[in-house]
Amino acid sequence: MTARPARRPTDPTGPALPGPEPFAAEVRDVVVRYARGDDAPALDHATLTIRPGVITGLLGRNGAGKTTLAALLAAFRRPTSGSVRVGLPGELEDPFENVWTTTHTQLVRESGDVWESDKARDTLAYYADLRPRWDADLAARLLDELEVDVRKKPSEMSRGKRSALGAVIGLASRAPLTIFDEVYLGMDAPSRYAFYDALVADYAEHPRTVLLSSHLITEVERLFEDVVIIDRGRVLLAENADDVRARGVSLTGPADVVERHAAGREVLARQRLGGTAQVTLFGTFADDERAAAVEAGLEVGAVPVQDLFVHLTRTGRPGAGTDAEREEAR
Amino acid sequence: MGPMFDGPEPIYLQIAQMIRAQVLAGELAEEEQVMSTTQFATTFRINPATAAKAFAGLVDEGVLYKRRGLGMFVAPGAREKLLADHRARFFDEVLAPALAQADLLDIPTSEVVDYVLGRPRPAGPGTGGAPRTGPTTDPTPR
Repeated sequence: MTARPARRPTDPTGPALPGPEPFAAEVRDVVVRYARGDDAPALDHATLTIRPGVITGLLGRNGAGKTTLAALLAAFRRPTSGSVRVGLPGELEDPFENVWTTTHTQLVRESGDVWESDKARDTLAYYADLRPRWDADLAARLLDELEVDVRKKPSEMSRGKRSALGAVIGLASRAPLTIFDEVYLGMDAPSRYAFYDALVADYAEHPRTVLLSSHLITEVERLFEDVVIIDRGRVLLAENADDVRARGVSLTGPADVVERHAAGREVLARQRLGGTAQVTLFGTFADDERAAAVEAGLEVGAVPVQDLFVHLTRTGRPGAGTDAEREEAR
Repeated sequence: MGPMFDGPEPIYLQIAQMIRAQVLAGELAEEEQVMSTTQFATTFRINPATAAKAFAGLVDEGVLYKRRGLGMFVAPGAREKLLADHRARFFDEVLAPALAQADLLDIPTSEVVDYVLGRPRPAGPGTGGAPRTGPTTDPTPR
């Protein structure tokens, strides 16, 4: 980012501390087109709810619409049609040109949302001033841990250090709505895990609404309480992470027995080795169905979010983005 | 902390199972404080709500109880209760399927009883050696 956000609030509305409760957000039937007549809109009638005080994982392939969704919530842009509302539960408001909601919303994009040609400490001072709940001690501790030199300009930093700076800004802001949009890019594994640890620890102490998008699903899926999966601008699902994991089940055992229990279900994957088969099924497995499968000698396993994600968003998957699925997404 | 809770079940169920096992083994004594949801979350890099969900289930079961403002503690009698639960489940979940399988294989009850009592098993070609009824029900290392 090269320009400062245009709307720097001059009047920090509301009491600085204690800050507002965690924000909720609601996106209703939102369409975003970047060009007139674009037949592949960035968001295509997207509808979802972000629960307050929850860490929600935002998953989607490149170009699925994650960044557009994040930009809408942070009021960096407006939808072409539909409504976006952000704020205290029960008092949601349009965030666009809304000083109060934008003051309490922190978006960190993969660019880090920093000024390339200013020293990092100037960027930090700006956010410290902007965010009423900014915690300078937390920022200092994390900068030290992630070895970010605040005397440097982001343009002089590695990709990983710029990302780390963005991650620190996101955490130290303690904003009631904090959005990390692929903030990990270029960060090495120790730095990423330091970020996850800091996120979990600070979130536990200071609950707030966090939206975290990432392609490193196996690394982060345990951090999520809710999961939103979008694909080609459409919301495939938006629900509790445990419910997502319960959407799939894997059955392993003698091929004929496996096939009998898989009959009539949506099979996401099928592997066979001699007489043994493993199928990954989409759809919840009721207790009695599970018991029957175990009774029949099958091994019943869960399907990691990553696998469900890959199956759900695979190009050309039959039935991808059908009306039925949009119906299921809330 | 390295990867844990890698089983196929939801993580909150795995956490609950771990705490039950610790209580059963006496590693967590009655009236002893359990790690907080925050400690759980930071130690295992999981969402604090996941740990809270596990705790809520264990409170319902009477394994843990909450002391307001202090945290979660192992309930008095929790170990005895878990022992009783597991004993009851042993018959339903371990022995019953094993006996059903023995029935299916036409293994006479007397042979099963002999086995349980540790008597030498008949090793003739007719019986095909020790019946193996499944990995979870086989009482002997082979």
